[in-house]
Amino acid sequence: MSTTKLNRSDVLNKLMEVRGNALAIAGLGSPVWDLAASDHQPENFYNWGGMGCAISMGLGCALAQPKRNVWVITGDGEALMGVGSFATVANQRPDNLVIIILDNEHYGETGMQKTHTSGGTDLAAMAAGAGIPTTMTVHNDEDLKNLINALKTSPLPLVASIKVENTKPKLVLPSRDGVYIKTRFRQAVLGSTAALHVT
Amino acid sequence: MAEPWTTAAHRLFKKHNIRTVGYVPDAGLTELIKSCHADNDIKSVVMTTEEEGIGLSSGAWLGGEKAAVLMQSSGVGNTVNAIASIVSSCQFPLFMIVTMRGQYGESNPWQMPMGQAVAPVLKSLGMHVFEVETDDEAAEAIEAGLKMAFVSNAAVAILIGQKLIGAKSFIADVAEEVINVDN
Repeated sequence: MSTTKLNRSDVLNKLMEVRGNALAIAGLGSPVWDLAASDHQPENFYNWGGMGCAISMGLGCALAQPKRNVWVITGDGEALMGVGSFATVANQRPDNLVIIILDNEHYGETGMQKTHTSGGTDLAAMAAGAGIPTTMTVHNDEDLKNLINALKTSPLPLVASIKVENTKPKLVLPSRDGVYIKTRFRQAVLGSTAALHVT
Repeated sequence: MAEPWTTAAHRLFKKHNIRTVGYVPDAGLTELIKSCHADNDIKSVVMTTEEEGIGLSSGAWLGGEKAAVLMQSSGVGNTVNAIASIVSSCQFPLFMIVTMRGQYGESNPWQMPMGQAVAPVLKSLGMHVFEVETDDEAAEAIEAGLKMAFVSNAAVAILIGQKLIGAKSFIADVAEEVINVDN
Protein backbone atom coordinates (compact mmCIF):
# COMPACT_ATOMS: atom_id res chain seq x y z
CA MET A 1 0.00 0.00 0.00
CA SER A 2 1.23 3.46 -0.87
CA THR A 3 1.87 5.78 2.07
CA THR A 4 1.13 8.86 -0.05
CA LYS A 5 -2.53 9.67 0.34
CA LEU A 6 -4.76 11.01 -2.38
CA ASN A 7 -5.42 14.70 -2.78
CA ARG A 8 -9.03 15.48 -1.95
CA SER A 9 -9.61 17.99 -4.71
CA ASP A 10 -8.08 15.67 -7.34
CA VAL A 11 -10.34 12.88 -6.10
CA LEU A 12 -13.46 14.99 -6.22
CA ASN A 13 -12.63 16.38 -9.65
CA LYS A 14 -12.29 12.85 -11.01
CA LEU A 15 -15.52 11.72 -9.40
CA MET A 16 -17.45 14.74 -10.65
CA GLU A 17 -16.38 13.88 -14.21
CA VAL A 18 -18.57 10.78 -13.92
CA ARG A 19 -21.34 12.33 -11.81
CA GLY A 20 -23.70 12.49 -14.75
CA ASN A 21 -27.00 13.95 -13.59
CA ALA A 22 -26.72 12.72 -10.01
CA LEU A 23 -28.06 14.96 -7.26
CA ALA A 24 -25.44 15.75 -4.61
CA ILE A 25 -25.73 16.31 -0.87
CA ALA A 26 -22.61 17.50 0.95
CA GLY A 27 -22.05 16.85 4.65
CA LEU A 28 -20.90 19.79 6.69
CA GLY A 29 -17.29 20.89 6.70
CA SER A 30 -14.69 20.41 4.04
CA PRO A 31 -16.89 18.30 1.72
CA VAL A 32 -19.05 21.42 1.24
CA TRP A 33 -16.04 23.45 0.07
CA ASP A 34 -14.82 20.50 -2.00
CA LEU A 35 -18.11 20.10 -3.83
CA ALA A 36 -18.47 23.85 -4.38
CA ALA A 37 -14.93 23.98 -5.81
CA SER A 38 -15.32 20.97 -8.03
CA ASP A 39 -18.86 21.12 -9.40
CA HIS A 40 -20.95 23.99 -8.04
CA GLN A 41 -24.50 23.80 -9.38
CA PRO A 42 -28.13 24.14 -8.23
CA GLU A 43 -28.50 20.37 -7.82
CA ASN A 44 -26.07 20.46 -4.89
CA PHE A 45 -27.41 20.71 -1.34
CA TYR A 46 -24.78 22.04 1.04
CA ASN A 47 -25.12 21.24 4.75
CA TRP A 48 -23.65 24.01 6.88
CA GLY A 49 -24.81 22.17 10.02
CA GLY A 50 -26.71 19.12 11.20
CA MET A 51 -23.64 16.95 11.66
CA GLY A 52 -24.50 13.27 11.29
CA CYS A 53 -27.49 13.76 8.99
CA ALA A 54 -25.98 13.83 5.49
CA ILE A 55 -26.52 10.11 4.85
CA SER A 56 -30.10 10.03 6.15
CA MET A 57 -30.81 13.14 4.07
CA GLY A 58 -29.38 11.36 1.03
CA LEU A 59 -31.61 8.39 1.78
CA GLY A 60 -34.74 10.55 1.99
CA CYS A 61 -33.86 12.20 -1.31
CA ALA A 62 -33.01 8.89 -3.01
CA LEU A 63 -36.35 7.38 -1.97
CA ALA A 64 -38.20 10.45 -3.25
CA GLN A 65 -36.28 10.54 -6.56
CA PRO A 66 -35.90 6.90 -7.60
CA LYS A 67 -35.07 7.82 -11.20
CA ARG A 68 -32.12 10.02 -10.25
CA ASN A 69 -28.89 8.94 -8.60
CA VAL A 70 -28.14 10.69 -5.33
CA TRP A 71 -24.55 11.12 -4.18
CA VAL A 72 -23.74 11.96 -0.58
CA ILE A 73 -20.29 13.53 -0.30
CA THR A 74 -19.22 13.68 3.32
CA GLY A 75 -16.34 13.33 5.75
CA ASP A 76 -15.27 10.62 8.17
CA GLY A 77 -16.29 12.56 11.29
CA GLU A 78 -19.69 13.40 9.86
CA ALA A 79 -20.28 9.81 8.73
CA LEU A 80 -19.22 8.43 12.12
CA MET A 81 -21.71 10.66 13.92
CA GLY A 82 -24.59 9.18 11.89
CA VAL A 83 -23.09 5.74 11.40
CA GLY A 84 -26.36 3.97 12.18
CA SER A 85 -27.59 5.30 8.85
CA PHE A 86 -25.51 2.61 7.12
CA ALA A 87 -27.96 0.08 8.60
CA THR A 88 -31.01 2.16 7.73
CA VAL A 89 -29.79 2.58 4.14
CA ALA A 90 -28.96 -1.13 3.87
CA ASN A 91 -32.46 -2.05 5.00
CA GLN A 92 -34.02 0.18 2.33
CA ARG A 93 -31.53 -0.82 -0.40
CA PRO A 94 -32.07 2.23 -2.62
CA ASP A 95 -30.47 1.32 -5.96
CA ASN A 96 -29.70 4.98 -6.65
CA LEU A 97 -27.71 6.03 -3.57
CA VAL A 98 -23.93 6.51 -3.46
CA ILE A 99 -22.11 7.50 -0.27
CA ILE A 100 -18.62 8.93 -0.78
CA ILE A 101 -16.61 9.56 2.38
CA LEU A 102 -13.54 11.76 2.03
CA ASP A 103 -11.67 10.16 4.91
CA ASN A 104 -8.79 12.35 6.10
CA GLU A 105 -8.89 10.68 9.53
CA HIS A 106 -9.30 14.06 11.19
CA TYR A 107 -11.94 16.58 12.28
CA GLY A 108 -10.88 19.21 9.80
CA GLU A 109 -12.99 22.13 10.99
CA THR A 110 -12.27 21.98 14.70
CA GLY A 111 -8.48 21.91 14.87
CA MET A 112 -7.50 18.72 13.03
CA GLN A 113 -8.07 16.36 15.94
CA LYS A 114 -7.84 12.70 14.97
CA THR A 115 -11.05 10.80 14.26
CA HIS A 116 -11.60 7.14 15.02
CA THR A 117 -10.56 6.14 11.50
CA SER A 118 -7.00 7.16 12.40
CA GLY A 119 -7.16 4.64 15.26
CA GLY A 120 -8.20 1.59 13.30
CA THR A 121 -11.91 2.13 12.67
CA ASP A 122 -12.80 0.95 9.16
CA LEU A 123 -15.84 2.75 7.73
CA ALA A 124 -16.11 0.46 4.69
CA ALA A 125 -16.13 -2.59 6.95
CA MET A 126 -18.80 -0.98 9.14
CA ALA A 127 -20.90 -0.29 6.06
CA ALA A 128 -20.43 -3.88 4.88
CA GLY A 129 -21.40 -5.14 8.31
CA ALA A 130 -24.52 -3.01 8.17
CA GLY A 131 -25.50 -4.78 4.95
CA ILE A 132 -24.47 -2.27 2.27
CA PRO A 133 -23.93 -4.41 -0.86
CA THR A 134 -20.95 -2.54 -2.36
CA THR A 135 -18.27 -1.13 -0.08
CA MET A 136 -14.64 -0.22 -0.62
CA THR A 137 -11.70 1.67 0.79
CA VAL A 138 -9.81 3.73 -1.77
CA HIS A 139 -6.08 4.21 -1.07
CA ASN A 140 -4.57 5.08 -4.46
CA ASP A 141 -5.28 5.93 -8.09
CA GLU A 142 -5.91 2.34 -9.03
CA ASP A 143 -8.50 1.96 -6.27
CA LEU A 144 -10.08 5.18 -7.47
CA LYS A 145 -10.38 3.74 -10.98
CA ASN A 146 -12.03 0.69 -9.45
CA LEU A 147 -14.48 2.93 -7.61
CA ILE A 148 -15.33 4.81 -10.81
CA ASN A 149 -15.93 1.48 -12.48
CA ALA A 150 -18.03 0.26 -9.55
CA LEU A 151 -20.20 3.37 -9.80
CA LYS A 152 -21.25 2.16 -13.25
CA THR A 153 -21.41 -1.58 -12.71
CA SER A 154 -21.81 -2.58 -9.05
CA PRO A 155 -25.08 -2.83 -7.15
CA LEU A 156 -26.08 0.25 -5.18
CA PRO A 157 -26.20 1.46 -2.49
CA LEU A 158 -22.45 1.90 -2.40
CA VAL A 159 -20.21 3.23 0.37
CA ALA A 160 -16.64 4.25 -0.45
CA SER A 161 -14.17 5.53 2.11
CA ILE A 162 -11.48 7.43 0.25
CA LYS A 163 -8.28 7.99 2.20
CA VAL A 164 -7.19 11.57 1.51
CA GLU A 165 -4.49 13.90 2.83
CA ASN A 166 -5.46 15.94 5.88
CA THR A 167 -4.50 19.18 4.22
CA LYS A 168 -6.90 22.11 4.44
CA PRO A 169 -8.83 22.39 1.19
CA LYS A 170 -9.23 25.61 -0.72
CA LEU A 171 -12.14 27.51 0.81
CA VAL A 172 -14.73 27.76 -1.94
CA LEU A 173 -17.87 28.84 -0.14
CA PRO A 174 -21.44 28.46 -1.35
CA SER A 175 -24.18 30.64 0.15
CA ARG A 176 -24.85 30.07 3.85
CA ASP A 177 -28.54 30.83 3.37
CA GLY A 178 -30.23 27.50 4.00
CA VAL A 179 -33.59 28.57 2.63
CA TYR A 180 -31.94 29.69 -0.60
CA ILE A 181 -29.91 26.49 -0.96
CA LYS A 182 -33.02 24.37 -0.33
CA THR A 183 -35.25 26.28 -2.70
CA ARG A 184 -32.64 26.46 -5.46
CA PHE A 185 -32.18 22.68 -5.23
CA ARG A 186 -35.94 22.04 -5.36
CA GLN A 187 -36.42 24.42 -8.28
CA ALA A 188 -33.69 22.62 -10.22
CA VAL A 189 -35.05 19.16 -9.47
CA LEU A 190 -38.79 19.74 -9.51
CA GLY A 191 -39.20 22.84 -11.65
CA SER A 192 -40.23 26.21 -10.26
CA THR A 193 -43.96 25.64 -10.13
CA ALA A 194 -43.77 22.43 -8.13
CA ALA A 195 -40.99 23.80 -5.96
CA LEU A 196 -42.74 27.03 -5.04
CA HIS A 197 -46.42 26.11 -5.00
CA VAL A 198 -47.08 23.27 -2.61
CA THR A 199 -50.56 21.88 -2.24
CA MET B 1 -67.15 5.42 18.87
CA ALA B 2 -64.45 7.76 17.59
CA GLU B 3 -62.11 6.57 14.86
CA PRO B 4 -58.93 5.37 16.60
CA TRP B 5 -56.21 8.01 16.22
CA THR B 6 -53.87 5.56 14.50
CA THR B 7 -56.49 4.87 11.80
CA ALA B 8 -57.07 8.60 11.39
CA ALA B 9 -53.32 9.24 11.14
CA HIS B 10 -52.94 6.73 8.32
CA ARG B 11 -56.00 8.08 6.51
CA LEU B 12 -54.67 11.63 6.79
CA PHE B 13 -51.19 10.54 5.63
CA LYS B 14 -52.92 9.31 2.45
CA LYS B 15 -55.02 12.44 2.08
CA HIS B 16 -51.96 14.67 2.40
CA ASN B 17 -49.79 12.47 0.18
CA ILE B 18 -47.21 11.43 2.78
CA ARG B 19 -44.91 9.08 0.86
CA THR B 20 -42.22 8.26 3.43
CA VAL B 21 -42.70 7.42 7.10
CA GLY B 22 -39.57 7.11 9.23
CA TYR B 23 -39.89 5.62 12.69
CA VAL B 24 -38.22 4.29 15.76
CA PRO B 25 -40.91 2.05 17.25
CA ASP B 26 -42.97 2.56 20.38
CA ALA B 27 -45.75 0.39 21.75
CA GLY B 28 -48.18 3.27 21.22
CA LEU B 29 -47.23 3.47 17.53
CA THR B 30 -47.69 -0.24 16.80
CA GLU B 31 -50.94 0.02 14.84
CA LEU B 32 -49.84 3.04 12.81
CA ILE B 33 -46.50 1.43 11.91
CA LYS B 34 -48.35 -1.74 10.84
CA SER B 35 -50.75 0.17 8.61
CA CYS B 36 -47.90 2.12 7.00
CA HIS B 37 -45.98 -1.09 6.27
CA ALA B 38 -49.10 -2.62 4.74
CA ASP B 39 -49.49 0.38 2.41
CA ASN B 40 -47.52 0.06 -0.84
CA ASP B 41 -47.73 3.79 -1.49
CA ILE B 42 -45.81 4.56 1.69
CA LYS B 43 -42.12 3.83 2.13
CA SER B 44 -41.77 2.78 5.76
CA VAL B 45 -38.26 3.30 7.08
CA VAL B 46 -37.13 1.83 10.38
CA MET B 47 -34.36 4.03 11.75
CA THR B 48 -31.55 3.40 14.23
CA THR B 49 -32.06 6.75 15.94
CA GLU B 50 -34.72 9.45 15.76
CA GLU B 51 -32.17 11.96 14.47
CA GLU B 52 -32.18 10.09 11.17
CA GLY B 53 -35.82 11.05 10.80
CA ILE B 54 -34.89 14.71 10.50
CA GLY B 55 -32.41 14.01 7.71
CA LEU B 56 -34.82 11.59 6.04
CA SER B 57 -37.71 14.04 6.10
CA SER B 58 -35.59 16.95 4.85
CA GLY B 59 -34.09 14.79 2.10
CA ALA B 60 -37.55 13.65 1.00
CA TRP B 61 -38.60 17.30 0.71
CA LEU B 62 -35.52 18.07 -1.38
CA GLY B 63 -36.69 15.30 -3.68
CA GLY B 64 -40.24 16.66 -3.83
CA GLU B 65 -42.01 14.33 -1.42
CA LYS B 66 -43.58 14.62 2.00
CA ALA B 67 -42.46 12.53 4.95
CA ALA B 68 -43.65 11.99 8.51
CA VAL B 69 -41.51 10.93 11.47
CA LEU B 70 -42.78 8.76 14.34
CA MET B 71 -41.07 8.28 17.68
CA GLN B 72 -41.46 7.77 21.40
CA SER B 73 -40.98 10.79 23.65
CA SER B 74 -37.56 9.59 24.82
CA GLY B 75 -36.36 9.85 21.22
CA VAL B 76 -37.07 13.56 21.02
CA GLY B 77 -33.79 14.23 22.79
CA ASN B 78 -31.95 12.65 19.86
CA THR B 79 -33.41 15.08 17.35
CA VAL B 80 -32.57 18.45 18.88
CA ASN B 81 -29.52 19.63 16.95
CA ALA B 82 -30.85 18.32 13.65
CA ILE B 83 -34.11 20.22 14.10
CA ALA B 84 -32.35 23.43 15.13
CA SER B 85 -29.61 23.25 12.58
CA ILE B 86 -31.30 21.80 9.50
CA VAL B 87 -35.04 22.32 9.84
CA SER B 88 -34.94 25.81 11.35
CA SER B 89 -32.06 27.16 9.28
CA CYS B 90 -33.53 25.98 5.98
CA GLN B 91 -37.22 26.21 6.93
CA PHE B 92 -37.78 22.59 6.03
CA PRO B 93 -41.26 21.27 6.77
CA LEU B 94 -41.26 18.74 9.62
CA PHE B 95 -44.16 16.63 10.83
CA MET B 96 -43.59 14.41 13.87
CA ILE B 97 -45.91 12.21 15.89
CA VAL B 98 -44.54 11.57 19.37
CA THR B 99 -46.15 8.98 21.63
CA MET B 100 -45.62 10.03 25.21
CA ARG B 101 -44.06 8.27 28.16
CA GLY B 102 -43.26 9.75 31.53
CA GLN B 103 -46.72 11.21 32.01
CA TYR B 104 -50.14 10.06 33.15
CA GLY B 105 -49.83 6.70 34.92
CA GLU B 106 -46.15 6.11 34.11
CA SER B 107 -44.56 3.28 36.11
CA ASN B 108 -40.94 3.59 34.98
CA PRO B 109 -39.19 6.45 36.78
CA TRP B 110 -36.48 6.59 34.10
CA GLN B 111 -39.09 7.78 31.60
CA MET B 112 -40.28 10.69 33.72
CA PRO B 113 -37.58 13.34 33.15
CA MET B 114 -37.52 13.17 29.34
CA GLY B 115 -41.30 12.85 29.16
CA GLN B 116 -41.63 16.09 31.10
CA ALA B 117 -38.99 17.81 28.94
CA VAL B 118 -40.48 17.01 25.52
CA ALA B 119 -42.93 19.90 25.09
CA PRO B 120 -40.67 22.66 26.49
CA VAL B 121 -37.68 21.38 24.51
CA LEU B 122 -39.58 21.29 21.22
CA LYS B 123 -41.15 24.69 21.90
CA SER B 124 -37.72 26.14 22.65
CA LEU B 125 -36.72 25.05 19.14
CA GLY B 126 -39.61 27.05 17.72
CA MET B 127 -41.75 24.02 16.92
CA HIS B 128 -45.53 24.05 16.96
CA VAL B 129 -46.51 21.52 19.63
CA PHE B 130 -50.00 20.07 19.94
CA GLU B 131 -50.70 17.94 23.00
CA VAL B 132 -53.73 15.68 22.55
CA GLU B 133 -55.55 13.32 24.86
CA THR B 134 -58.48 11.94 22.84
CA ASP B 135 -58.85 10.27 19.42
CA ASP B 136 -60.84 13.22 18.08
CA GLU B 137 -58.33 15.77 19.31
CA ALA B 138 -55.51 13.72 17.78
CA ALA B 139 -57.17 13.49 14.36
CA GLU B 140 -57.92 17.20 14.33
CA ALA B 141 -54.37 18.13 15.33
CA ILE B 142 -52.81 15.74 12.79
CA GLU B 143 -54.87 17.28 9.99
CA ALA B 144 -54.01 20.82 11.10
CA GLY B 145 -50.36 19.94 11.60
CA LEU B 146 -49.94 18.33 8.18
CA LYS B 147 -51.25 21.49 6.53
CA MET B 148 -49.04 23.74 8.63
CA ALA B 149 -45.93 21.65 8.00
CA PHE B 150 -46.14 21.24 4.26
CA VAL B 151 -47.97 24.36 3.13
CA SER B 152 -46.52 26.79 5.66
CA ASN B 153 -43.03 25.24 6.01
CA ALA B 154 -43.61 24.75 9.73
CA ALA B 155 -42.11 22.26 12.15
CA VAL B 156 -44.94 20.50 13.97
CA ALA B 157 -45.05 17.85 16.68
CA ILE B 158 -48.21 16.06 17.76
CA LEU B 159 -47.74 14.69 21.28
CA ILE B 160 -50.06 11.75 21.84
CA GLY B 161 -50.72 11.73 25.58
CA GLN B 162 -50.41 8.68 27.77
CA LYS B 163 -54.01 9.18 28.78
CA LEU B 164 -54.95 8.27 25.19
CA ILE B 165 -52.49 5.47 24.43
CA GLY B 166 -52.61 4.06 27.95
CA ALA B 167 -49.72 3.77 30.35
CA LYS B 168 -47.62 0.77 29.38
CA SER B 169 -48.03 -2.10 31.76
CA PHE B 170 -44.94 -2.46 33.85
CA ILE B 171 -43.22 -5.78 33.43
CA ALA B 172 -44.41 -6.83 36.90
CA ASP B 173 -48.00 -6.58 35.67
CA VAL B 174 -47.50 -8.99 32.77
CA ALA B 175 -44.65 -11.34 33.69
CA GLU B 176 -45.47 -14.79 34.94
CA GLU B 177 -42.98 -14.52 37.71
CA VAL B 178 -41.02 -11.59 39.14
CA ILE B 179 -37.90 -11.92 41.24
CA ASN B 180 -36.51 -8.81 42.92
CA VAL B 181 -32.75 -8.92 43.55
CA ASP B 182 -32.10 -5.57 45.27
CA ASN B 183 -33.56 -6.39 48.66
